Amino acid sequence: MSADATQRAAQRATLVAAPGFAAFARRYWLWFAAFVAALLLPWLFFDWSTHRHSGFALTMLSEIGLMSVFALSFNMQMGQAGLLSFGHAILFGLGGYVAAHTLNAIKAGTMWLPVELVPLAGGLGGLVFGALFGYVATQQRATAFAMITMGLGELVAACALMFMAFFGGEGGISTDRVTGTSLLGVSYSSSWEVYCLVVVWTAIATMAMRLQTQTPLGRMANAARDNFERAQFVGYDPRMVRFYQFTLSGFFAGIGGGLYAIVYEIVTFDTVAASKSATALLATYIGGAGGFFGPLLGTIVVVLLQSGVSLLSNAWLLYVGVLFIVMVMYAPGGLVGIIAQHAPIARTGRLRELVVPYARILVPGVLSVFGFVLLIELASFTTIGVAQGKAFKIGFHAVDPATAFPWLLGAAALIGGGAWLRLEARGFRTRWDALIADAKAKGAML
Amino acid sequence: MATRIIARIAGVVLSACVAWAGPVMAEGTIKIAYTDPLSGPFAQVGDANLKQMQYILDYINSKGGALGKKFELVPFDNKSQPSDALIALKSATDQNMPFIMQCSGSNIAAALIEAVDKHNSRNPESRIIYVNCGAVATELTNEKCSFWHFRFDAHSAMKAEVMARALPKDVTKVYLLNQDYLFGQSVQRDVKASLAKLRPDVQVVGDELIPLGKIKDFAPYITKIKASGAQALLTGNWGPDMNLLIKAGIDAGVDLRYYTMYAHLAGGAVAIGPGGDGKVRSVQSFNENIAPEIGNKEAEAWTKEFREKYPFDFYAAGFRTIFEYLQEATAKAGAVDPVKIAFALEGLKHKDFLGYETVMRKDDHQLISEYFVGTFKKGVKYDSEKTGLGWATETTVLAKDLEQPTTCKMKRPAAQ
Amino acid sequence: MEVFLVSLLNGLVYGMLLFMLASGLTLILSMMGVLNFAHASAYMLGAYFAYTISQQIGFWPALVLAPLLCGAIGAAIEMYGLRRVHRNGHIAELLFTFGLALIIEKVVQMTWGLIPVPYRIPAGLDFPLFTVYGTHFPAYRAFMLLISALMFGAIWLGLTRTRIGLVIQAALHHPEMVGALGHNVPRVFTTVFAAGTALAGLAGVIGGNYQVTEPAMAFTMGPIVFVVVVFGGLGSLTGCFIASLLMGLIQTFAVVLDYSLADLLRWLGLTVTSATPFHEVLTVPLPRIGALLPYVLLVLILVFKPRGLMGTRDT
Repeated sequence: MSADATQRAAQRATLVAAPGFAAFARRYWLWFAAFVAALLLPWLFFDWSTHRHSGFALTMLSEIGLMSVFALSFNMQMGQAGLLSFGHAILFGLGGYVAAHTLNAIKAGTMWLPVELVPLAGGLGGLVFGALFGYVATQQRATAFAMITMGLGELVAACALMFMAFFGGEGGISTDRVTGTSLLGVSYSSSWEVYCLVVVWTAIATMAMRLQTQTPLGRMANAARDNFERAQFVGYDPRMVRFYQFTLSGFFAGIGGGLYAIVYEIVTFDTVAASKSATALLATYIGGAGGFFGPLLGTIVVVLLQSGVSLLSNAWLLYVGVLFIVMVMYAPGGLVGIIAQHAPIARTGRLRELVVPYARILVPGVLSVFGFVLLIELASFTTIGVAQGKAFKIGFHAVDPATAFPWLLGAAALIGGGAWLRLEARGFRTRWDALIADAKAKGAML
Repeated sequence: MATRIIARIAGVVLSACVAWAGPVMAEGTIKIAYTDPLSGPFAQVGDANLKQMQYILDYINSKGGALGKKFELVPFDNKSQPSDALIALKSATDQNMPFIMQCSGSNIAAALIEAVDKHNSRNPESRIIYVNCGAVATELTNEKCSFWHFRFDAHSAMKAEVMARALPKDVTKVYLLNQDYLFGQSVQRDVKASLAKLRPDVQVVGDELIPLGKIKDFAPYITKIKASGAQALLTGNWGPDMNLLIKAGIDAGVDLRYYTMYAHLAGGAVAIGPGGDGKVRSVQSFNENIAPEIGNKEAEAWTKEFREKYPFDFYAAGFRTIFEYLQEATAKAGAVDPVKIAFALEGLKHKDFLGYETVMRKDDHQLISEYFVGTFKKGVKYDSEKTGLGWATETTVLAKDLEQPTTCKMKRPAAQ
Repeated sequence: MEVFLVSLLNGLVYGMLLFMLASGLTLILSMMGVLNFAHASAYMLGAYFAYTISQQIGFWPALVLAPLLCGAIGAAIEMYGLRRVHRNGHIAELLFTFGLALIIEKVVQMTWGLIPVPYRIPAGLDFPLFTVYGTHFPAYRAFMLLISALMFGAIWLGLTRTRIGLVIQAALHHPEMVGALGHNVPRVFTTVFAAGTALAGLAGVIGGNYQVTEPAMAFTMGPIVFVVVVFGGLGSLTGCFIASLLMGLIQTFAVVLDYSLADLLRWLGLTVTSATPFHEVLTVPLPRIGALLPYVLLVLILVFKPRGLMGTRDT
């Protein structure tokens, strides 16, 4: 079923007798590479003239890190166990509040815990609340479960505004990560140090969640998702499977929340709000719920859209909606699904034959996207007004939206690009089908 | 496998593109970062503010700006999320902007004031001043006060006092209704305290908190209010909670006077409609009829120009005072240096464009300026949002009457 | 007594408004299993269309035209969008409607602006119908009650007395069987989706001037409608009706009943002071959490009776 499992099977077949560290390195080199790449990434944005890291880049990357832990924990429910939850953010946010209170206790001296382990405190908070809410929610499955989580989500979000003692009301709970209780003697006053901590915790959490998919619980959750009736015959109580899966996903969501408390040093009611849950859902779906790393890819896209594109345009929500619809209609498996579709072709070694067809659809594709964006921005500019206070610019040329030229340009790009795309898509389809048929013939499918 | 590397490289490229394709701005300007919700359900707040500020800044720049440079507004959409506001702060400090401005949302303000404080102490080379244009929680100039924070709007205790002062002598029974969160709860507390101090003859016959943004039908509340015998309803509600409340009251034909804090914002006039003639009052820093009422022709001409461009009221014209303060302080400091500007700003006195005296109090960085209570009625010179009704000033409270005690113990950096 | 009567009337009106919105969603959810997040957006579109049409022509034409427009849009969405997505599963359909909701909200902002539009009650209906203990009962509220009652009657008659209605009823309970019997199930789906969207549009025409017509109205009405639909149960319009009235009355009466858990404990002999743990939670009076009671009820009923009040099937 998932390309994930097939790849692992193929891997095992080829590495059957390689012993020791060499085998370990060959299987997991990608993890190491990704870890190192993540640590090196902020240096791309380093300002060499002032010898300063870009605070913006570091915070964005930290946000990607902690949100991907959140999205991966969400996928533990949706992708692994088939439980669609509309209120997952409550576990994230409550973990964050617990971590914030912990940090405040450390600062006040009533408790000693190194800052590095504070996300664990958040995780424990998420675990406890996960058990509490999970007890109620996992009584049911499918739509009833989804609706219960929606109700719980709304309740917790409303309580977060009303009750001061734990939630701090509208101002939230603010905290200070510079407590001086570090295991490594780091102060965490700079964004770079915080980012390293986030990367380490993201790696740990991701590895743990990956391991969990291979435990009996993880397997049973998959089984219950795929065929509920037959899974019951295995002998495990499906309700308990759902409950444990929910609680564990709460633990990891709490870790994400703890990281949020450290990065932003304030936890407010929007961390438990429905919009946060919706972000996890978006990220997981765009990345692809089928593969393990889908939520990670999806989080990158969503955070860049939310925090990046929103700085350039106030129509970014519309782009999210359109991206969503396009993905749902043409790529329901998400980004991971698209990548996995290439796996059989890669196995036959004929992947580079797709480079030219891709280039041929990329050009009209980019053109039509450009036309669409131009038209939307023009419409937004003329109706809502001066967007972001800037004069309308395409690249570096200022353009007056009152004239006909930009409208015609946008319409032409959209329609022309669209027509050309249809033409090229046909050619691409033929080439693709030929390659897939070839892969089938060589037995590289599975 | 290799495909996953491709995916990650794509992610890098994407993020690089976004980081480099940031807002294109002119060089040699004094940049003011401005963050508020510009998309989503509260977009109208940020959007209206942005347009008004741009208009005011054009005027300030036409008068020379400060130190030979023009001011430039750089907007950042925070989508009502503190995390996005903090990302905006990071972007602003990366570019060494001297000011960050924020008007809407006490949760965002609470996050910003602490973040600015921490950033300035940890990164002295990229300090920034937090200009608060509308977050009114009292803590920001009391327990949570910060040297880098300057508030230019009256806080909720001051507004509550204005409301209490505006209550006519014949009103002896009032009903309080507020939103159930920090701001609404502090309005509730402050109004009761002000009434006890200024109008001990007034009886509070009802005191209610409603969940924020959840009530769709206020008819049952109107029933309760009527049953209590209240003559006036005092509320800090904003947005749909205010619009629906007043609509329900007017529809029910109840004889009630409404004292609000936000009915004059964008959309309020349209929502209240002609049925609200003479009933609704709002605590405001400005309305377009003040200038003709006091005979200030210059101010009147200036606000009239705005009316011709935009469909909503120029309710934030008072922001001109903010920018004039920034202009004066920057000139006084002699350099675009946040520390010098902050020292120049505190204690500064200024006569605002309506002709009233104002002061930026040194103890807690709270602006003390005049405040008004306007009534929504027919027969005014400038109507609101083309409804035929507009705001007529009923009460004016001078700055010297609005001073409140503060518990702020401000820590100042070394002067430079 | 006065408070009780007035609250009863208000609760009924609010409940009927909820029913107008929820009835369309129940039909769509029961029939197609689609959690339509764009339903509240159709409500918003109905209000905005009615505003524009009543500016140009008048309120009464708007009452007819706006729902028709919404229905046409619903049909188009179903035919060109949902039908393609249907084979990808329920979650895909849900996310499709979610994306649609985002797009519609932005388009509305771009077309009519960000601030509320002055969509007012027509002059012909803007008078107090009668006075209950000194409080006016506006004629417009009676009009709302009338329209929603007519709507309920029309739907009930349509489902039970017409041929297409019987097919729809059958498909509500056994969609696959109906297809196997040779009925044009896709066309039935399109009809139901269009009808549901038109009903939401009609609710928008009526409710838009009762509330405030602004781009955020879909966002605020959305969750409560879902609660009503799920509480009432899938496959049952009567259940939806009862659930709407129940939610409306509960929310209305919660406002006038000024009691808290602490009062209950006091009646049992236990006093709650500020030193008691969870003091904040125990002293919360009912009016403060009135708007949250529907969600509490939702969670409770789903735990004990997952099919809802009168539901006849799971999705």
